[in-house]
Amino acid sequence: MKHMTRKATRHVNQNEGLIFEKSSPGKAAWKLAPLDVPEVDTKELLGSAERKDLGNMPEVSEIEIIRHFTRLSTWNYAIDLGMYPLGSCTMKYNPRVNEAVSRLDGIANAHPYQPEKTSQGALRIIKTLSDCLLEITGMDAITLQPAAGAHGELTGLLLVRAYHDAQGSSRKKVLIPDSAHGTNPATAAMVGYAVENLKSSAQGMVDIGALEAQMNEDVAALMLTNPNTLGVFEQDIHKIAELLHAKGGLLYMDGANMNALVGKVRPGDFGVDVMHLNLHKTFSTPHGGGGPGSGPVAIKKQLEPFLPKPVLISKPDGTLGFDYERPQSIGRVRSFYGNFGMFVRALAYILANGPDGLRQTTEDAVLNANYIRKGLEGTYDLPYSIPSMHEVVFSDKIQARKGARTMDLAKRVIDYGFHPYTTAFPLIVPGAMMIEPTESESKEELDLFLEAMRSIAQEVEEDAELVKTAPHSTRVSRLDETAAARKPVLRWKPTP
Amino acid sequence: MRYLPKSPADREAMLKTIGARSIDDLFAPIPPEYRLNRDLKIPRQMAESEIVDWFRERSRENGDGYATFLGAGAYYHYRPVIIDSLISRGEFLTAYTPYQAEISQGTLQSIFEFQTMISELTGMEVANASMYDGSTAAAEAVMMAVRLTGRRSVVVARSVHPEYRQVLSTYAFHQGMPLATVPFKDNGRIDFKELEAAITSDTACVLVQSPNFFGTIEDVEAIGELAHSKGAMLVVAIAEAISLGIVAPPKAADIIAMEAQSFGVPLGFGGPYCGVIATREAYVRQMPGRLVGQTTDRNGKRGFVLTLATREQHIRREKATSNICTNQALIALMANIFMTVYGKVGLKELAKQNLAKTAYAAQQFAKHGKVLFSGAPRFNEFVVQTTEDPYAINARILGHKIVGGLPLKKFYPELGNASVWCCTELTSRSIIDTAVGHVADSERSVRSAQQEEPAEEVTR
Repeated sequence: MKHMTRKATRHVNQNEGLIFEKSSPGKAAWKLAPLDVPEVDTKELLGSAERKDLGNMPEVSEIEIIRHFTRLSTWNYAIDLGMYPLGSCTMKYNPRVNEAVSRLDGIANAHPYQPEKTSQGALRIIKTLSDCLLEITGMDAITLQPAAGAHGELTGLLLVRAYHDAQGSSRKKVLIPDSAHGTNPATAAMVGYAVENLKSSAQGMVDIGALEAQMNEDVAALMLTNPNTLGVFEQDIHKIAELLHAKGGLLYMDGANMNALVGKVRPGDFGVDVMHLNLHKTFSTPHGGGGPGSGPVAIKKQLEPFLPKPVLISKPDGTLGFDYERPQSIGRVRSFYGNFGMFVRALAYILANGPDGLRQTTEDAVLNANYIRKGLEGTYDLPYSIPSMHEVVFSDKIQARKGARTMDLAKRVIDYGFHPYTTAFPLIVPGAMMIEPTESESKEELDLFLEAMRSIAQEVEEDAELVKTAPHSTRVSRLDETAAARKPVLRWKPTP
Repeated sequence: MRYLPKSPADREAMLKTIGARSIDDLFAPIPPEYRLNRDLKIPRQMAESEIVDWFRERSRENGDGYATFLGAGAYYHYRPVIIDSLISRGEFLTAYTPYQAEISQGTLQSIFEFQTMISELTGMEVANASMYDGSTAAAEAVMMAVRLTGRRSVVVARSVHPEYRQVLSTYAFHQGMPLATVPFKDNGRIDFKELEAAITSDTACVLVQSPNFFGTIEDVEAIGELAHSKGAMLVVAIAEAISLGIVAPPKAADIIAMEAQSFGVPLGFGGPYCGVIATREAYVRQMPGRLVGQTTDRNGKRGFVLTLATREQHIRREKATSNICTNQALIALMANIFMTVYGKVGLKELAKQNLAKTAYAAQQFAKHGKVLFSGAPRFNEFVVQTTEDPYAINARILGHKIVGGLPLKKFYPELGNASVWCCTELTSRSIIDTAVGHVADSERSVRSAQQEEPAEEVTR
């Protein structure tokens, strides 16, 4: 490689087949305690419902399982290995104390239906986290039931719908900026709303003129991400809120980018009526290779009667409990109370930070993004010049002239020991390169990233093919996604 | 702040590079009237030791160390130690969704193995990478059937987990999908006559759960036959995944919506759990959620990628099969490791132990109280009807650090003083005997009180 950086060195990693390929009859990784009740005749108990055979389930020993998954794990990139600059994903450090406290016996082994009397600890955790999140967002009430961000969006829009229905005005449309996450329109469709696209202005913000023209009594809500997906704070937020409220619409905020705001500004103070948070982004719960998440929904007073059931309440005797008598509730969106284990982790994170820590976190996140912006300005095209908050969006315009597109550049980033940035999003930027460093990166790590990005730009000029065929250092390279989709192989089968 | 890797000098240097005088310059885009010029009113910054103490205190307030007879959609099974050892590896724990296949092969291959094992266990052809939980998986499976059949309405067994039904009605209401509920018979199974009457030419699917909320195994084949004869699909919810070790998978199902919590996922006061949808290959393009597929790289080497993304929200936006994005990958990994540990033989033996414990417990309870729904096979749950209010009995059992079965009044008032009890491999005989003893005492004292009552009448 031409300009190898100081960040990474290639080293040997282990090959490993599928677990089924290691299986052979008689191997086992389990041992049950002796049965202390009489054996049963399964045939007699189950009759025709008895299962005879478990198909191709594996039979392997414990050491093989440990090695199998450990080897697989070494093929992954992770925050624990280095910077993960995925825009809009807020890949920050996942503190280990969060994991430790979530595994305490009374927390990990609590049954959701155990008596209220022996659930006070869990309820206290829910209450404390709720109070913290309400203070952070400046909202009036909250539900922690939604299991992820998109699930929070669904819950939020169901609340919007219930609110309008209760007013006797069944509205048909939701406005969504063209810069929005795909979950926003998908959610609106799930709730039965027609999606109306709202064009961005030349500055990449909500076009106030367009909003004025499109806003009417048929619009239930505007779904806005703020800072938006360009990492830009919507400066006309008060006008946006006013325009919506004047016609009876509600302002929904997608909290995906809340990491730019915590401790510095509160959505409840700038006119937001309903919003969701992503505990797995802003509040440090681990992303785990794609979940679990948690998507609390915070709302203003007027939406409170419609919250999902049950709602946490404080009882006169000082204990906590659940209220199921909520006649106007939208109902349940998930069984039990949501991804409780994530509440534990998010609260541990908030307690570790306190007000000063959370503010410093936000400041560092914004500082890091601007440092990257400064460092790559000129090397990469910056389609919107307005100030960045916690993330910055470049485009591949300069490199595309040599045929290297955002995905090629991203794949080359891998060779330099980093996870790529977000490619091709937001959709309003052709060839987008969206970078969110988060607060978790040191100056040294950022400098290594800048060095890598500049080096790649130079490689494009000198030998674009090298970049277009990257990555060159991984176990597998440029997997055939078209073939995978055309003739899907979604499970292993024994070779006949 | 100990998570932040910068010295004051670093911050100064970076601000200088950026050309900002202070950090406030970077927040200038926020209109001044909205800026928060005070500390958030949240607890002060705590030391790690204080955080651990705070949560230990909560843990103690939370029934730490109680034995339990609760099931009802959340099951207490043994979790092999290696599950936490392996999922705690930072490369699994702190990785993002595997969009960049080259540096995500570990997550991708493990999901492929998960999909394979779920397919094997459910008897379906394909399974997805996970859904939020069993309840949302069931709701999404129903909406999938609506898309596949072009029909609008849904028939649901009353013996499906009440909270699954509540979630379904939330989803269905806003989709304008009419829901009809079919009652159960005195053997705990769905009422066939009522079912037959409920299915119309607009019925997209019938949703049943097996084992159902009472632990009763439904006659899924017959239900499937009936549904299919009327052009409707059959969706089967499975809340207790361990049942698949000994109970025949619902072959007649078109879609299976499963909760995999029993596969090594802690109870955790209700979540995070691991929903999953399995179905036939022909329906895969209407399936919600992520899917991992096998392919080859440019050198012909086997590898795995997220596939069929054209179903998903980030590509299709409002035309997607679902809005689901983040799912439960790490929890699916727990389930994956659990299934690998027990495997072909262990899962069967484990399920057998659950069956034996439950058979013993039901037998013991039946000696002193009334065990309902004995006319059909059950897995690891059963319903006990008492004369006394089950909350009162449970309160006494709780004194022995045992949590009794779930009283059903809230969900099934028609069953009166009934509770659903669950036994797993972790329920010891002595705990069963203690609980049975309390129910027996309760029945005896109620009986003797009843015998005394007429005497009182006379003296009055």
